[in-house]
Amino acid sequence: MVFMSSALLSAPFTAFAGEMIDSQDTVAFVSPFYEDNERCFKCHGQGSFEYTNENLGRQVKALMFSERVVDRDKFYQSNHRSFSCTDCHAAGYTTFPHPGELRMEQSFNCIDCHGGDEMFAKFLFEEIEAEYMGSIHFKLEEEGFTCWKCHGPHDYKISIRDATNIKEAILYDNNICLRCHANFDRFQLLSDREEINILQSHEWLPGQESHFKSVRCIECHTQINDTVLVSHLIKPKEEAVQRCNECHSQNSMLMSTLYKFQSKEQREDGFFNGIILNQSYVIGANRNEYLNNLSLGILAVILIVIGVHIFLRMTGKHK
Amino acid sequence: MYLYPIWVRLWHVLNAVLIIILIITGLSMQYTSKTDYLLVVGFARAVKWHNIAAILLTFNYVTFVAGNIFTDNGKFYKLNGKGLLPDLRKQFRYYALGMFRGEKPPFPVTLDRKFNPLQKFSYVLTMYVAFPLIIISGLGMLFPETVINRFFGISGLILTDILHITMGFLISIFMIIHIYTCTLGARPTSLFKSIISGYHESDDN
Repeated sequence: MVFMSSALLSAPFTAFAGEMIDSQDTVAFVSPFYEDNERCFKCHGQGSFEYTNENLGRQVKALMFSERVVDRDKFYQSNHRSFSCTDCHAAGYTTFPHPGELRMEQSFNCIDCHGGDEMFAKFLFEEIEAEYMGSIHFKLEEEGFTCWKCHGPHDYKISIRDATNIKEAILYDNNICLRCHANFDRFQLLSDREEINILQSHEWLPGQESHFKSVRCIECHTQINDTVLVSHLIKPKEEAVQRCNECHSQNSMLMSTLYKFQSKEQREDGFFNGIILNQSYVIGANRNEYLNNLSLGILAVILIVIGVHIFLRMTGKHK
Repeated sequence: MYLYPIWVRLWHVLNAVLIIILIITGLSMQYTSKTDYLLVVGFARAVKWHNIAAILLTFNYVTFVAGNIFTDNGKFYKLNGKGLLPDLRKQFRYYALGMFRGEKPPFPVTLDRKFNPLQKFSYVLTMYVAFPLIIISGLGMLFPETVINRFFGISGLILTDILHITMGFLISIFMIIHIYTCTLGARPTSLFKSIISGYHESDDN
């Protein structure tokens, strides 16, 4: 999938520092390496490419292997958009035909660049790695599972941390899981299990469509972590959350998962777990303190009036 | 006197059972907790039984409305526009004072007047205002994709749910008062027996 040059570690990362974390996603972003990158995108930016075959002495059109296609638009909106292709890929790739030995180079994983760096300290990559090593996905590492399987280096962008529309962030994040779990071709690259049907295996879930649109797969399928924003400890399916109360209650776990980031800006309008109300509504988790108190007050008054009435009946002429 | 035909009694008992189930399961959903199962039945079970009871209640409500349209039972729910307020006041005064002084009920039960004005008014509000609202908002909760997403900047689901639980609360309050006032017959148990047998025991007996 992605092969990187060992030269990466000493690469200048000209546009790397600061910009990647702080800048907002925008289609107007112009990479300082745009022209350089076009050398690669010319062939890898779409499903077909054209080159001059010197042996044949003519132009040849060919299909690009789909795993080698990188979508320009997605790349320039991704976290790595300010990169030059050769920041990660060997400079040898700038020649064509590409030298065959480059294909054998080892790819880096996230921690190779993001680990032990103060600039990324707030993302807690070391803890994320520890979580990943305890997750069900780590057991597939020998089969070829890596960070890249979920966080495509050419298209991944921070989702929930920057979300203005949480439903869109949920869709984006869930599609990461579905890329393998709803695509048997990709799934069987890593697993010998029979084809699974997500809709059938979640048939027990009431309001399935609403749930799929309103929460991420990882809400139920990961171990809650108090420090890392997005838990990476994917649990075996037998340990997935199936108790409705975990979310549908006043101390809803959604506040420490899906709404963990936004919950710091808790609404103060009398609603419990009010931040959820900005984008969604969860029965049992969202209660209004004032309505609760008002209803208890009315109930108390009614019961007192009935009590007094009973007392007067017992002491008066009407029994 | 024979006051409650069989269909009214069957409708009433089904209505009562379903509403009790709905109140218990509704409270269970609203006040569900991860650890405390006191007074609540657990969210998953509550959702299932709330949905089943609500669908049955909706059909039962359609039976009630149809029965009132196609039989003469509907006449008992017609409000007397002009004299309504004085009648309500008169009945309220009886409940608050008159009955303790040994006065006769101002609106005794007859074949043409099954309900006193306060009863009639509260029944009409409950059956023709609160019930339609709770059924419509409940259907909105059952099929959330049909509810408008935002209404003046607020989630349509929140407004639907607040309307639903408010109506649920008011119907619960109605039920408490209804059960209590049913002890105000000739004897505390007379009116309960009436709704089972169909025969009303006169206050004069």
